[in-house]
Amino acid sequence: MSVQTDTGRQATAAPTASAAPAIELRGISKAFGPVQANKDISISVAKGSIHGIIGENGAGKSTLMSILYGFYKADAGHILINGQEVHIADSQEAISAGIGMVFQHFKLVENFTVLENVILGAEDGGLLKPSLAKARKLLKQLSDEYELSVDPDALIEDLSVGHQQRVEILKALYRQADILILDEPTGVLTPAEADHLFRILKGLKEQGKTIILITHKLREIMEITDTVSVMRRGEMTATVKTHETSPEQLAELMVGRKVLLRVDKKPATPGKPVVEVENLRVIDEQGVERLKGISLEVREGEILGICGVAGNGQTELLEVLGGYVNGTGTVRMNGEEIDLSGKHSNGQTRRARGIAHVPEDRHDEGLILEFQAWENMVFGYHHAPEYQKNALLMDNAGIKAMTQASMDKFDVRPPNPKLEAKSFSGGNQQKIVLAREIERNPDLLLVGQPTRGVDIGAIEFIHQQIVALRDEGKAILLVSVELDEILSLSDRIVVMFDGQIMGERLPAETNEGELGLMMAGITDTNTNGEKAQ
Amino acid sequence: MNKMPKWADAVLIPLISILLAFFFSGLVIWAIGKDPVVAIKTMVQGAFGSTSGISYTLYYATNFIFTGLAVAVAYHARLFNIGGEGQAMLGGLGVTLVCLAIPWPHWTLALPAAMIGGALFGAGWAFIPAWLQAKRGSHIVITTIMFNYIGAALLGYLLTKVLKVKGSMLTESARFPEGAHLPNFSEIFAPIGINFSPNAPANMAFFVALLCTFAFWILIWKTRLGYEIRAYGQSETAAKYAGIAPARIVIIAMLISGALAGLMAINNVMGEAERLIDNAVEGAGFIGIAVALMGRNHPIGILLASILFGFLYQGGAELSFWESIPRELVVVIQALVIMFTGALDNMVRMPLEKLFVALNRKKEA
Amino acid sequence: MDYLTIIQILDSSVRLATPLLLTCLAGLFSERAGVVDIGLEGKLLAAAFLSGAVAAVTGSIWVGLLAGVAGSLAFSMLHGLASITFKGDQLISGVALNFLAAGLTVVIGQSWFKLGGRTPSLSGDGRFEPWNLPFSDALAKIPVIGPAYDELISGHTALTYVALAAVPLSWWVLYRSRFGLRLRAVGENPGAVDTAGISVVRLRYMALVIAGVLCGLAGTYLASLAAGFVKDMSAGRGYIALAALIFAKWRPWYALSATLLFGLLEAIGNRYQSIALGDFTIPVQFMQALPYILTVIILAGFVGKAIPPRAGGQPYVKER
Repeated sequence: MSVQTDTGRQATAAPTASAAPAIELRGISKAFGPVQANKDISISVAKGSIHGIIGENGAGKSTLMSILYGFYKADAGHILINGQEVHIADSQEAISAGIGMVFQHFKLVENFTVLENVILGAEDGGLLKPSLAKARKLLKQLSDEYELSVDPDALIEDLSVGHQQRVEILKALYRQADILILDEPTGVLTPAEADHLFRILKGLKEQGKTIILITHKLREIMEITDTVSVMRRGEMTATVKTHETSPEQLAELMVGRKVLLRVDKKPATPGKPVVEVENLRVIDEQGVERLKGISLEVREGEILGICGVAGNGQTELLEVLGGYVNGTGTVRMNGEEIDLSGKHSNGQTRRARGIAHVPEDRHDEGLILEFQAWENMVFGYHHAPEYQKNALLMDNAGIKAMTQASMDKFDVRPPNPKLEAKSFSGGNQQKIVLAREIERNPDLLLVGQPTRGVDIGAIEFIHQQIVALRDEGKAILLVSVELDEILSLSDRIVVMFDGQIMGERLPAETNEGELGLMMAGITDTNTNGEKAQ
Repeated sequence: MNKMPKWADAVLIPLISILLAFFFSGLVIWAIGKDPVVAIKTMVQGAFGSTSGISYTLYYATNFIFTGLAVAVAYHARLFNIGGEGQAMLGGLGVTLVCLAIPWPHWTLALPAAMIGGALFGAGWAFIPAWLQAKRGSHIVITTIMFNYIGAALLGYLLTKVLKVKGSMLTESARFPEGAHLPNFSEIFAPIGINFSPNAPANMAFFVALLCTFAFWILIWKTRLGYEIRAYGQSETAAKYAGIAPARIVIIAMLISGALAGLMAINNVMGEAERLIDNAVEGAGFIGIAVALMGRNHPIGILLASILFGFLYQGGAELSFWESIPRELVVVIQALVIMFTGALDNMVRMPLEKLFVALNRKKEA
Repeated sequence: MDYLTIIQILDSSVRLATPLLLTCLAGLFSERAGVVDIGLEGKLLAAAFLSGAVAAVTGSIWVGLLAGVAGSLAFSMLHGLASITFKGDQLISGVALNFLAAGLTVVIGQSWFKLGGRTPSLSGDGRFEPWNLPFSDALAKIPVIGPAYDELISGHTALTYVALAAVPLSWWVLYRSRFGLRLRAVGENPGAVDTAGISVVRLRYMALVIAGVLCGLAGTYLASLAAGFVKDMSAGRGYIALAALIFAKWRPWYALSATLLFGLLEAIGNRYQSIALGDFTIPVQFMQALPYILTVIILAGFVGKAIPPRAGGQPYVKER
């Protein structure tokens, strides 16, 4: 099962086929049980171009790419590579056809070295030694050629996310991929890392590689692609040349109606501080210091946005304030100090103090997917007196009625309290979590990634709810990796890097470029934001 | 967007799985040169053909209700308690110590005390594995198995060195006092005109088991603790987010589980043997696993599965007597039930799901 | 305690460690591939029964060995069917297999031999002969080294030497071969293996085949050592091997030392049925329970923390 040096493929790419698109899909359809994930999809991507595929969550982008990579078999349709029909039954055949894929969640073995990851599945024989030697040489060549430098002997778990992604690209190139598919590649990158990635992609394009970029970020599409296809509800709604379209038009094509890309809100009128954080530190189970002395405050009637690349302490900040990770330092809620040691506190005591929390990960934290909606609607508040029938039993009937009312108010569809959480769409799941947390009328709302994996229609609704809560005079601490979201929702912005605060900015006085630099840990001498503490 | 109707998931799949398990059990009987049909007839006759048979069936079922609930309560917290055997053994020790402590005047006093003794000892034996799982991350499956072996050694020691009646050759404790005797079915039902065989073992403990089944239902689906146990079982990270302390749930769920297993002793030790004997549990702790899996960790399912296994156990005894098929046949059936309902669930589910999707398509078309 | 006693205890440690080592390595291959194998106990028992039964009938332990390996393999494949093909719960499948072995060995054994679940005693070619290494007789007379060589190193049966050889071999396969790389990868991140175009299912089945063969050897060794099969003769060795595997941090050389430790413990327990400490005599039951108690202590992680293969216990489902 060594890698195939497919001379046949090289031949078809020769002059006669040069006019044929590198990759062409004709009438691809795929259903999962009753769900039609892809409906009669056709696209054609010219050799040496970058093609974007954009669409909301669940539009069917990933399914389409999985078919192309042999993960799923299409129910109908044809795939042509360089004008020749191919049948891709598994990943091995996709690799042989010259397709390389960089998944959103990297497919790397964490405790293997870069070299071991690169040769995995493409070894030259039964013994590892010669394969490793060969890969070391080739890796050197490739990294020089495409700005893809990484230490071949480093363990994956010691590499930054950006470097891990390079390993994924190197894996594809090592397997002589001519077509590279990247699924949401910038989600975990700093703007600087994303720029670097785009330079790499442009370099690859110049070498004649064909690139398909799957993303939900309109900006990236506009910046780097030559052509773009829009998917909606399993169908390909349009394919256009990038320079002939606009973000507004693409957004409309994605959602099927006009959308507001900016959030409508009045200027904030902050009141007294609700939460004051001083020198907050968190050390995780591995003994790594995740928060290195954070100080900030959030006042009544304001949204404090925390931006940063994932993994720089924002998660821990939410978790320690939410009461399920321990820390040291001082946190005062409405002037009273709260316990951070975990000895006298947990998520429930925090809620009793008026802290509500929409966690970053609704699947693993915010919801119990196997629980019905009504059971989820009291999750974390299940000790509250109003949900008890008597000393022993919970008031299940009352909770169901309350859930019904909340679902109607937050427009959760379908509004059925007895449905299991897993059967709702991402947006509706998030609305359930939001309804639960907002309806308890908290003084402070912690919100992590409120619109991750949420369709555009629900994003608008969720943003409106958060702004409405602010206008009621509540304090909101917002964590998001989406710079757009931070910029449009926040009244103040704090940038985190490596467990520390890099600085504070006002949304009107900053831009993505400056925030991006700060997120990468680059500070300018002018730290005017710090004094606002 | 469910692929299958609820009834198919709750009833059809377990039913098919059990039929498969029985089919293969029949194959085993056939393979050792016996007639499966004769075997089934012998078993049914032996288990339900007489009041004595019914009494034995329900006596065994009582054991399995306790151990089945024990496995199920842990399983709702995603803990696989294989230590029911050892916990039931220790429960026997607790019941014995209580029953021998004073000359009990009447069973109505002895039973609650013995229940506390059995539950405490059972829970105690579950505590160390639970604590190790909660605080040290030791795999509870292996530690509970180890505690079965350690428990057996401990009881072996106590029966030969401490509890043994001086001068007796038997490795067993002294007989319990007359006042600790639980009414058996013949004594219970005689006043209302139903005659049970006086020598058969089913006793008051059966009703305690039914009560526990009901209490289990309340606990799991109606109380905050049950809510927290189920929440932790579905997602530990979510439980943490909601302020549910994982260690606390692990320990409490295991304590309840051990207590239920320990309670079994009021049936086999207090109700039947009326003394502590060697290997009193007879694998009932392990059968609890099959019962819980087959009953889908639901009290009604566990009740039905317990009666089925009570039938198998009693029928199996008859088989070994009349057909010289070893009683270990029940262990084989138990294994097959665990395999088909627990691990090979998808083998039945996947084709059924496809079938239902196809049926739905046809309906829509 | 004189020198010879020590040598004898060590010698029986090796004897008792052999089945543990083979079983532990079986678990190592299976768990390194991401399949948790609590059914080692059942495989061991099934192999012990089949090898004992067939060796009794044919009079040759080598034919018995084939039967034992075949039986263990069948169990392994059943585990694969449940936990790989049908993505079932690996723990439950393992537990079911253990009961299946416990039940079937007695039911079949009784109907086959009518000896209450035992097989007829093995003798002559029905058991493995000890191998006397070269010069063991000649060297035996040399003080200190002589007895050590004669008793401890020489004079074991073939399977002991196979087990010992399996340690470096396993190491080499795991860390120096393509198969090993893929095997370790599939236990850490099956998604990486799958997207690299290698079949996760095939790799995991291959790991289970190896585990089946090794358990088959271990079971046969047990039957040969005890000169026949007795009901429940594996006596928790499968579980102890699992504990040793955790203790060994899923590494071959550590597995050797871990199983030797357990072997030593059992040997001491066997030799000193009751140990008197002044007025207090340690009961025989305590010595019997000692390996299990030690297992619990090891599992409690008081002796170093082990990180299991990351994908262990989870069936591999392709993501969309």
